Order: sequence, then structure tokens, then C-alpha cells
Amino acid sequence: MSIHATPEHLEATWKAAPMLRVEGLCKSYSTPQGAIPVLRGVGFTLAAGASLALTGESGSGKSTLLHLVGALDDADAGEIFLDDARLTLLSEHARAAVRREKIGVVFQQFNLIPSLTVTENLGFQARLAGRYDSAWQDELTHRLGLTELSGRYPEELSGGQQQRVAIGRALAVRPKLLLADEPTGNLDEASGDKVMTLALDLVAATGCGFLMATHSERLAARLQRRVRLESGLLAPQ
Amino acid sequence: MKQTLWTLAALLSHWRRRPGNLATLVAGLAVATALWSGVQALNAQARMSYDAATAAISGGGARTLVAARGGLFDQDLFVKLRRAGVDVSPVLEGAARIGDKTIRIIGVEPVSLPRASPIAHKRKRADVLEDFFSGEGRGFAAPQTMRRLGLAEGAQPQTERGRRLPPLAALAEAPPGAIVVDIGVAQRLLDRPGALSRLVIADDAAPDDERVKRVAGEALRLVAADDESELARLTDSFHLNLTAFGFLAFLVGLFIVHAAYGLAFEQRLPTLRTLRALGVAPPNLVVAMACEVAVLTLVAGGAGVIGGYAIAQALLPDVAKSLESLYGAQISESLSLDLRWFLSGLVMAGAGAVLAAASGFAKALRLPPLSVARPIAWRAEHHRYLRRQAALAFLALVAAACAYGSGEGLASGFAMIGCSLLAAALFLPVALAGALALGERLARRPLARWFFADGRQEISGLSLALMALLIALAANIGVGGMVEGFRQTFTRWLDARLAAEIYFEAATPADARDIEAWMRMQKDISAILPVWRAKTRIGEGPVEIVGMTPHETYAAHFPLLEAAPDVWTALHAEDAVLVSEQLARRRGVGLGAVIGIPTSTQVWRARIVGIFPDYGNPKGQLRIDHERLKRYFDDASGVHYGLRIASDATARVIDNMQRRFDGKIARIIDQSELKGLSTDVFERTFAVTTALSTLTLVVSGVALFASLLTLSDMRQARIAPVWALGATRRKLAGLELMRVMAFAAVAAICATPLGLFMTWCLVAIVNVAAFGWRLPFHVFPSQWLVVFLIALCAAFLAALVPVARLARAAPTDLLKVFSNER
Ligand SMILES: Nc1ncnc2c1ncn2[C@@H]1O[C@H](COP(=O)(O)OP(=O)(O)OP(=O)(O)O)[C@@H](O)[C@H]1O
Ligand SMILES: [Mg+2]
Repeated sequence: MSIHATPEHLEATWKAAPMLRVEGLCKSYSTPQGAIPVLRGVGFTLAAGASLALTGESGSGKSTLLHLVGALDDADAGEIFLDDARLTLLSEHARAAVRREKIGVVFQQFNLIPSLTVTENLGFQARLAGRYDSAWQDELTHRLGLTELSGRYPEELSGGQQQRVAIGRALAVRPKLLLADEPTGNLDEASGDKVMTLALDLVAATGCGFLMATHSERLAARLQRRVRLESGLLAPQ
Repeated sequence: MKQTLWTLAALLSHWRRRPGNLATLVAGLAVATALWSGVQALNAQARMSYDAATAAISGGGARTLVAARGGLFDQDLFVKLRRAGVDVSPVLEGAARIGDKTIRIIGVEPVSLPRASPIAHKRKRADVLEDFFSGEGRGFAAPQTMRRLGLAEGAQPQTERGRRLPPLAALAEAPPGAIVVDIGVAQRLLDRPGALSRLVIADDAAPDDERVKRVAGEALRLVAADDESELARLTDSFHLNLTAFGFLAFLVGLFIVHAAYGLAFEQRLPTLRTLRALGVAPPNLVVAMACEVAVLTLVAGGAGVIGGYAIAQALLPDVAKSLESLYGAQISESLSLDLRWFLSGLVMAGAGAVLAAASGFAKALRLPPLSVARPIAWRAEHHRYLRRQAALAFLALVAAACAYGSGEGLASGFAMIGCSLLAAALFLPVALAGALALGERLARRPLARWFFADGRQEISGLSLALMALLIALAANIGVGGMVEGFRQTFTRWLDARLAAEIYFEAATPADARDIEAWMRMQKDISAILPVWRAKTRIGEGPVEIVGMTPHETYAAHFPLLEAAPDVWTALHAEDAVLVSEQLARRRGVGLGAVIGIPTSTQVWRARIVGIFPDYGNPKGQLRIDHERLKRYFDDASGVHYGLRIASDATARVIDNMQRRFDGKIARIIDQSELKGLSTDVFERTFAVTTALSTLTLVVSGVALFASLLTLSDMRQARIAPVWALGATRRKLAGLELMRVMAFAAVAAICATPLGLFMTWCLVAIVNVAAFGWRLPFHVFPSQWLVVFLIALCAAFLAALVPVARLARAAPTDLLKVFSNER
């Protein structure tokens, strides 16, 4: 990068630079029977606006990797750079801020806060992060088809509806990175596909990076790139 | 059978993973049982001692003859009855002091004692018989009594009247707190020549009333064997009070068990579902659960009964002292309990466990094998729950109203307190839900909204512990208010009542006359106020009669609740009496009524001109003119006096009297010392009540702790999503702590009016029924503040461990929430 570079140049560089960079990530779980190594040096990058599917057998460590990238857990070794922040160096407090402001997560289940309504759930993270945007929230509600359901509580929704709310909540904060762990695992094929289509549309609209763990080859094929986790390492496909 | 066993094994495996929860459950049941059976042990011990006192002489089954109006009668009657062929044995009982300890002297005639009497057994031993008759004879006391008096075998202590006892011998069968001597010796020791207090009718000889009446006229009254002893009747309310508080503590304990078991049930729901899916029939499931409860009862109940023994052991000295100073009852201070007590403790524990587990059983019977695909409809469930609580609270309230309407008795008073405590407790979750809904509406920040919204989900899990806390806090305010109010009233009353500077008791009436003659010449002594005493019976109860001379001391100081305008002149000029509040209530008489008082010779009819408070006296009391007392009661004590002394001469006068009349004064005491003694009696009486209400509070704190600990697992599932969205663990932990403290604060706020209501019930209903006096109702806001702070502290301490656990929870633990295993 030269000091003579124009601002436009800078912007281009920034856009081209990977938004997420993972290097040599290692993680093992300690159990009474000894340590179980799950990740043994995983590395990859993800640019802004790009999408990556993470596949692998059950127990291969997909969720583990997602948790590390989502600043939800500590790695044993390796580095994660998210939007210039070096996650491994951050304090608990700062990591919470990163989760709030830069990351949206969608899990297979236990996504929503049962004591809050759909609307409240949708806006929760954005409000928490202090960047609530009512126009964006309205648009999300509309595009996810939740207008009718806005006053309901999670227990009054179907699984697919709940996942739509979860996606809306994750995107309401306009995150840099959307993480999804088997987002359609609890849904039938048709509603799973519908949710997926909505998610991909919105990801394109926000321009965030999208990392999704899944069992399904069919779903994985809908993302731009895919990698496979095998014996703790990534095998590109 | 096999199915049940495997089901049981699957159920029990839950506790292996959660030893803490198991410990809470066991501890809860054990503590509840301990408090209950401890109180029962105290009561049983006291009752046994009362019975032992009578049984030692009569063998328990015998009927006795006593003076119709109480007190003593002439031994001529005994001689006449014997001559008429009625097989009776004479007994004389009375109190004496050795050193600073009061003991009962029981005089018996060993030869004629009924064969069933444990003491009579000893007469087969020639040496005992010899002991009784040789020379001065022998005195027999239980080893424990001798230890209490600090006397060794063969000692010959002196009584306060300067009489020397015969050499003492230890005899295990002797009643506690008493020395058994020959009847002649007793008459000398007690200064009652020729007097008897009762006649024991020998075993098989059942004299018909006719024959007794022909010989003794109206002077004697037959008391059936199964009639409880006088002591048992007098102390009844004391014991009922203890029982009520024991039960309260048990109830609070049950809340813990219920909470712990309910939470364990929730946690095991997936296991139960799986078992059902694997083909276990609902009845088998319930049988397995019942087996589990049975094991729990044996372990926790057993531990509880042992704990109850320890509690009883710890409280016994206080209970014994207050029973002694209030009622003159001697309680054996080493616990001896039987199997029945042990079993009843276990039964109580079992009943409690079944009660706590009942809803679990019912749910298990209806449990579908397939888990509902969607999360449990929490919101609908919650509203159902709140509606049910409100309905139950209303029912409890109606029950309380019924109890109030059903009369003024002790039982209805306690029922009313119990029902209203229950009503308030049941309503607490509704109140909490309301408060949280309000908070949610007012909150702006997202975390604050979540704080309130999520709090509602926590209510049902914590409600039992919070209810226990509410009851315990209310009981503390209620009992505290009553005791404090009583303390103030009592102290003020004592100041007025004990107006004389010196009180003394002469050894004999003759000594009293000598001392009186001397006192008249002392210029330090401004007034001599004889307060002679006599005994009679009015209706069922014993009544004490105290004489009063006309003196301005009484008019100026003697506290009266109600009085005729001319009370003091009427008392001395007419046939008039002052009646103690208890007696007036018991007899249902008021100012101006005429009351019949059995005297030595006739029934004297007198008008009531005043009613005076007489706190702490279980017997009724009448105050009459001194001259009339002398005239109507030829057995009036003639030895009790109060003295008014010119200022600061008190010590000098006491000193002079002691030097001059050493052996002739049985006891002399100045006002402040007497006040100290009385206050001490008061403190002892309420020491047990206070101890129990404090224990109840501790128990409820434990309940809160236990519930929070059990809930903390479930809380993680609620907190994990919020944490994943970017709130720090520290912040979330802080919110959790705040929420528990807010709950406790609401409980404390609700407890305050409830406690006031309880004070009112205790003062206006229970005390009146139990003791016969009504205290003015006092309010002590500083106590409320203390209780409020206690509630916050209890909540803080209870929440500390679970919250700290949350604050330091590893991310892995929180992430487990999202993993598919859940
Ligand atoms: N808290 C934990 N303690 C011990 N081992 C764990 C823990 N969490 C996960 N593991 C182990 O780590 C490995 C990877 O788990 P992970 O959940 O990441 O797999 P996954 O690829 O997401 O599987 P699935 O497709 O079934 O969701 C598994 O072998 C699992 O047993
Ligand atoms: Mg997974």
C-alpha cells in the first residue's frame, strides 16, 4: 500500500482484503478420559459479501469452529482476525462488544428469548448494540413475512417462523459476519429451503460475510464456496 | 417388579449427577422434621415430667381426694376415713427453697402407699423401710435433682425456713425436682403441722362417693385418675404455643422439600419421557417414584429426628427454666424419649415428602410418552399458574375468615394466622408477576426489558422458596412485634406493680409478728404492707387470693385496667374484690358483677370493683381487703410483706433486718432485684419463640439458596442466548443477583403488613385465649427495617454461589445450551 494511494484505492484494498481471516486454529476439549482434539490447525479466509459452507461428518467440529469464530469460545492456539480485530487478544468485555456489533448468529435451536415477543426479539441485539434502526427493522419484518406475527411469543410460532425471526434478529444489527449452525436442521425440506432463500437474499442486501455449518450437500451447494472439515483440518472441495 | 427396579435405577441416577440438589432435598426434609420433632420432644418431655410427678406417688392409675376449694385440709379427715374403712394414703406437698433453688417437698406414708407406686416398690427393701422410720428418717431424690442442688448422698441441706432435711439418698424413681420424705417430716419442713394436700386411694379399693361424703362432708373432692394433672392443664397453652411454632417451622421446611422435589421433577422430565417411550407404564413410574420418596423419608426423616433431639436438648434448659418460673413445674433436664416419638417424627417426614411429591406423581400419571415437539407453552402455562395461585389464595383467605368467625379459641386463632399466611404466600407470585409486568412497561433499555420479561419466567421456579421467605419474614415481624410490645407493656406494668421498695417473707407467722413489731419503730420504714396469701378454687381453676391494706401506695401505683370510681374505698369498706384480667375473662365477668368465692367456711359473695392486669401468672388472682382475708381464710400465709422505705435507705434496712432476724426471714429482696428476676422469667419464656422464628428464617434462607442452586442449570438456557448476542457474563450475573434481591425485597414488603396482622392476631386472639390477657397493640417500624435488610442479606447470600458460578461459567457450558443434546 503506497502513501500516494488515493482514497478510492484504499477503499478498493479494504474491500479486497478478507473480512475474516482464520489461521492455525486449534481446539481440544478436556474430558475426564483425556483431551479430545477437535480442530488441529484450521485456516481460511472470507471476504465481505462472500458465503462459505462448512460441511463434515457429525462430530467433526463444525459447531466448535463456528463458536470460535463467533467469539463465543476460546481457542487453544491460532488466530482469528475479524474486520481488523484480533479476537484472540480481546478481553471478555471487548469480545462481548464484537458479538453485539459485528456478528449475527443463528443456531439450530434455542435461538429466541422466550419471554420477549417477535418484534422485541427482532430488535433485541440491535438495541443492545445501540444501533437500532426502525426502518431497517420494518424492512426485515416485511421481507421475512413476520408482519402478522409481530406480537406473538416464540412458543406460539412454528419452527420455520422461529428461524426467520432468528435470521432477522441476526441481521438487524447489520453485522459484518453472519454465522449459522444447521439453521434448517429442525425444519422440513420445503420450509428449510424457504428460510435459506430469505437468508441468502438478505445477506446479499447487507453485504456481510456468511459462514454456515450444515450436513446437507444440497444447502451447501447454494453458497459460493464450500469446505469440508475432516480429522480437525479443512479440506477444500 | 423388574421394570420398577430399572425405572427406580434410572430415576436415582439423576442424583448421582446432581449431588448438590439431593443434599438440598435431604437437608430440607431433615430440617423440617428436626424443628417439628424437636418441639414435640420438648412437649413430650414436659408432659412426662408432669405425669411422673403424680405417678411416683400414686402409680399413675390411682384416684385421689383433694380439698374441695384447693389448698390443704386437716389430717383428721384422713383418720376418719381410715376408721370408716376407706383405704387411703396421705400426701403433703409444698415448695421449699434450698439455696437459690426451689424444690418440691413430698411427704408420704410408705406403709399405706398404693402398690403400683414406684416408691412403694422400694418398701419391700427392708433398709428403705427402716430408713423412713429410724430416727429423723431419710429423704429421697432423683439423682438428677441431687445434682441440680449440688448435694451428695447423705447431705442434710437446710431450707429457707431454717429447717434441716433428713439425710438424702438417691432414688431413680423419685419425681424430678422433688424430695420425698416421711409425711411427719414434711409437715415439719413445710411448717404445716397436721395438714395434708391429698389422699391417694389404694389400687383396687374404689370408695363410692357416698361413703366419702358421709365421712368428709363437702370438704373433699374426688379427682379421677385420667384427669390430667393440674400442671398439665395450666401449662397447656404454653405447649400449644410451642406446637404452633414447631408446625410453622415444619411448614416452611416443607416449602423447601416441595421446591427441591418439584425442580428435580422438571429436570428429570426428559428421562421420564424416555422411560415412558421405552414402555414403562405410568403406574410403574409412580411406584418407582414412591419408592424413591420412601428412601428419602427414611434417610432425611431419620436424620431429622436425630436433629430434633439435638434441638430439644439445646432448648430444654430455657424451656425448663421458664416452665419452672412460670408454673413451678419441674422438668427433668435429660431427654428421655420413646420409640413412639421417633416414629411420629418419621411419619411427619413421610407425610411431608408425599405432600411435596404429590403433584409430581399426578403429572407422571398423565405424562405422554412423546415429547411435545414445540417448547412447552410457557406463557399459557404461566397464566394458568397465576390464576390457580390467585384462586387458592382466595380460598385460603376464605378459610381464614371462617376461622375468625368460628370463635375466639386458641385453635381458631392459630388457624386464622395459618390460613392468612398461606393466602399471602400463595398470592405472592401474582404480586411479583404484576410488579414485573409494570417494570417491563416502564423499562426502556433492551437489557432492562429483558430483565423484567425474563424475571416472570423465574417466578414459578422460585415461588416456593419466596413463599417460604415471606412466611418466615412475616412470622419474624409478627412474633417480634408481639414480644417487643409485651416487653414494653410488661416493664411498665412491673414498675407500677412493684411499688414497694422491699419484699420479704418471714419463716413463720409468729416470726412475722416479731418482725412487724420491730418494723413499726423504724423511721426509715414509712409503710408496712402485708400481702398475705390464701388459695381457693373458682370453677375449674386454682385461684390465689392476696390481701391489701388501705394505703395510698396502691391508689397511686397499682395498675388497673378497669375500675369503679370509688374502687379503693369500696375495696376496704364493702364486700368487694379486684379480679385479675385472666380470671375475669375465664369466668366471663366484668366490673360490677358479683362473684362467689369459696372461703374456709362458706362461699363469700363479693362485688367486682376493679380488674387488674396480671401478666405472666397462669393462676387467677383476687385482691381483697387484708382484714377480710384474715377473717375468711384461716390458712392465710401470714408471712408475706412489702415495705415502703424512705429514699436510699433500702440497703440499710435490708442489712439491719438480716442481722437482726437472720433465721426468721425466709427471703428478702429489694425491688430492683425482683424486677430483674421477673424480667428474666419473661425473657426465658420468649427465648424459645424467638429461637424458633429465627430458625424458621434460616430455613427459608436455605430454601432460597437451594432453589437458586437447582435453578441455575435451567437459568443458563435462558441466559446463554443473551450472552451469545453480546452481553457479558459479569453483567448478566449482576442482573441475576439484582433480580433475586428485588424478589426478596417484594417478599419483605408484602411481609410487613402480614406481620402486623399476625401481631394483631397474636395479641388480640391467641394471647387472650392462651394466657387470658390482652396487650396493647404496638408498632415497631425499626423492626421492619431490620427484617427488610435481613431479607436482602438472605437473598444476597443465597444468590451469591449460583451467581458467582454463572459469572465464571466457562463458555463451553453456556454453548452446550445450543448443542443438539439439549
Ligand atoms: N463441551 C464438550 N466437551 C467435550 N467434548 C465436546 C464438547 N463439545 C463438543 N465436544 C466434542 O467435540 C467434537 C466436535 O463437536 P461439534 O459439536 O463441534 O461437532 P459438529 O461437527 O458440530 O457435529 P454435528 O454435526 O453433530 O453438530 C465432538 O466429538 C464432540 O463430542
Ligand atoms: Mg454441530
